[in-house]
Amino acid sequence: MSVLVNKETKVLVQGLGKTGRFHTDKAVAYGTNMVAAVHPSRAGESESFSGEVDPSGVEGRADSYTAELPIFRSVEAAVDATGANASVIYVPPPFAADAIMEAGDAGVPLIICVTEGIPVADMVVAKRFLEGRGVRLVGPNCPGVITPRECKIGIMPGYIHTPGKIGVVSRSGTLTYEAVHQLTLNGLGQTTAIGIGGDPVNGTNFVDCLSLFNDDPDTKGVIMIGEIGGTAEEEAADWITAHMTKPVAGFIAGTSAPPGKRMGHAGAIISGGKGTAVAKIEALEAAGVVVAPTPTDMGSAMMQAMSAGGL
Amino acid sequence: MKIHEYQAKELMKGAGIAVPAGAMVTSASDAADAAATLVAETGNPVVVVKSQIHAGGRGKGRFIEHPDLGGVNVVLDGIDGGVDATRAKVKQLADQMLGSTLVTVQTGPEGKTVNRLYIEQGIDIATELYVAVLLDRSTSRNIIMASTEGGTEIEVVAEATPEKILKEEIDPAFGLLDFQSAAIAAGLGLEGPAARNGARFLKALAAAAVDLDTDMIEINPLVVTTDGRVMALDGKMSFEANALFRHPRVVSLRDPSEEDAAEAEAKEFGLSFIKLDGSIGCMVNGAGLAMATMDIIKYVGGEPANFLDVGGGADKDQIAAAFKIITADPNVKGIFVNIFGGIMRCDTIAEGVVAAVHEVGLDVPLVVRLEGTNVELGKQIINESGLNVVSAEDMKDGAVKIVELAK
Repeated sequence: MSVLVNKETKVLVQGLGKTGRFHTDKAVAYGTNMVAAVHPSRAGESESFSGEVDPSGVEGRADSYTAELPIFRSVEAAVDATGANASVIYVPPPFAADAIMEAGDAGVPLIICVTEGIPVADMVVAKRFLEGRGVRLVGPNCPGVITPRECKIGIMPGYIHTPGKIGVVSRSGTLTYEAVHQLTLNGLGQTTAIGIGGDPVNGTNFVDCLSLFNDDPDTKGVIMIGEIGGTAEEEAADWITAHMTKPVAGFIAGTSAPPGKRMGHAGAIISGGKGTAVAKIEALEAAGVVVAPTPTDMGSAMMQAMSAGGL
Repeated sequence: MKIHEYQAKELMKGAGIAVPAGAMVTSASDAADAAATLVAETGNPVVVVKSQIHAGGRGKGRFIEHPDLGGVNVVLDGIDGGVDATRAKVKQLADQMLGSTLVTVQTGPEGKTVNRLYIEQGIDIATELYVAVLLDRSTSRNIIMASTEGGTEIEVVAEATPEKILKEEIDPAFGLLDFQSAAIAAGLGLEGPAARNGARFLKALAAAAVDLDTDMIEINPLVVTTDGRVMALDGKMSFEANALFRHPRVVSLRDPSEEDAAEAEAKEFGLSFIKLDGSIGCMVNGAGLAMATMDIIKYVGGEPANFLDVGGGADKDQIAAAFKIITADPNVKGIFVNIFGGIMRCDTIAEGVVAAVHEVGLDVPLVVRLEGTNVELGKQIINESGLNVVSAEDMKDGAVKIVELAK
């Protein structure tokens, strides 16, 4: 078991530029069930992929792959023809919010937006548009979602992952890789790793992911990686106190960050004294989360949380 | 991106938001002329001379060169002495203020040089209020926030008297609705013409936030004049970086003298860089990891000299540029390169580091931690380069090593 994505997930890609093509190829190599691409001016054509399979991906395949991905004019047409139930978006920032809304309008249940640099005002509109449509947005400005050996959607390196029992949720890409790598080395592995992204306006948040992992029988513990800015970690701490039945470990980046400065991610800023790492760490610890003092200690913090939970 | 008050007021005026009349000047003689013109146009003998820097707290701030002089000065001399007295006083003030260093609560002790002044008409103030439009991250919508406590920092109001803060959530599909602006105007105690003018002001402000893609518009104080007009006596605007591509006019308002030169240079190379006060230079891929690298240096007893994210797809030139920017800081006593290669391969990073060191030279210790894609190849390139580079096993090991070596 896993959350959000698995072997059954049929993925379409919006945005077949250099980045979109590169990562679509990696996804096909991993064994992700890529079914369609959307490109208004190339409808009716197809995009070819071939190469050596990613040995860390889906098992039981030949050593090499070739794939022809049909291209459709719109998301709606792609869904009608292929039954795609997830979309990954690599569309450039000025057009990415529109791509999200198009996928939402077509009823794609899972929309994963990798694009970094989308105007905040566009995301405010896109999020409003998705309300009531029964679809889930992950991101933007995120590495994506992966269920090891089943489905890789996004830009994360597949080979650092291994199937296991920990749910991973993070606002930072490279810190996710750090955590995943340590969980692979210490044998805990991952059920699903979700990058929720570093933007101030995003779709799925910590609470959504904690709830998904709490309900997933195969997930035995969760590691959540936050950073300065906003109050999503504090809200997660409240939710953990009220509902979480599984051990949780965590890490918060930005204890040394100066106030008022945007630390790379659009959402990583301490403003008006709010959103500090110290406040987040205190809230999580009060909720019983084992917070790692440094990223190097994330794997062992998870171990500690598991053994404290009798697992 | 931040802009000056006079620029914000120009943009506000264009958006139908009431502001006092004024003019930006860069010389004392222009200041005197601008004051005389304002007096003639408005019939008000009072003018205000305001320092233009990208920092708040100017009124209470003081100049290093003139410890008794504040950053904002009201000139009343014209009431009795006529326009010649106004000219003389404004010229005298401008002579002292221009080129001097203003220290406010937001500038740090080193202060900021005042190169521009805004000469503004005097206003007969009945009431001082506060209003701002900003993103509420928990609802993913803009909110308009107002308070009767004009002139006080909103954080102070929020802490001491949170009940005095009025808020309305703005639905992006509809904008600020009439009943919402009326509710805030009433909550601010506005009546009669002031209530109507206030509601109109608030709607224009909410619309401007969307039209201009602001991070935040803050009007503190928002004033009600003795004749019932509502206007922005001060105005702070900052713009959302991701949306600047569609606002060339806003981009043209950038004042390079207000920005850190190294940060601006880094931006040109597509690097995300923030200068800090410590001695350990950091080069990292990914914003979260870059932040965590600063944290871990502090955790093991050092102080980071910078935040630097080279991004997910940096090439050799960017790595070299990053190296130059780090080593240009005389405080840097050691450099820590911390890479988790995902899409970015460790061998690419290693080649970039080696090339950069050959080009730029290296006078301080360098610790490199590589993990992820092609890590063995990357380590081999570093080890065979003949450079004096220390390899680290993991992030914490690297932090400990560089802090020790930089002592």
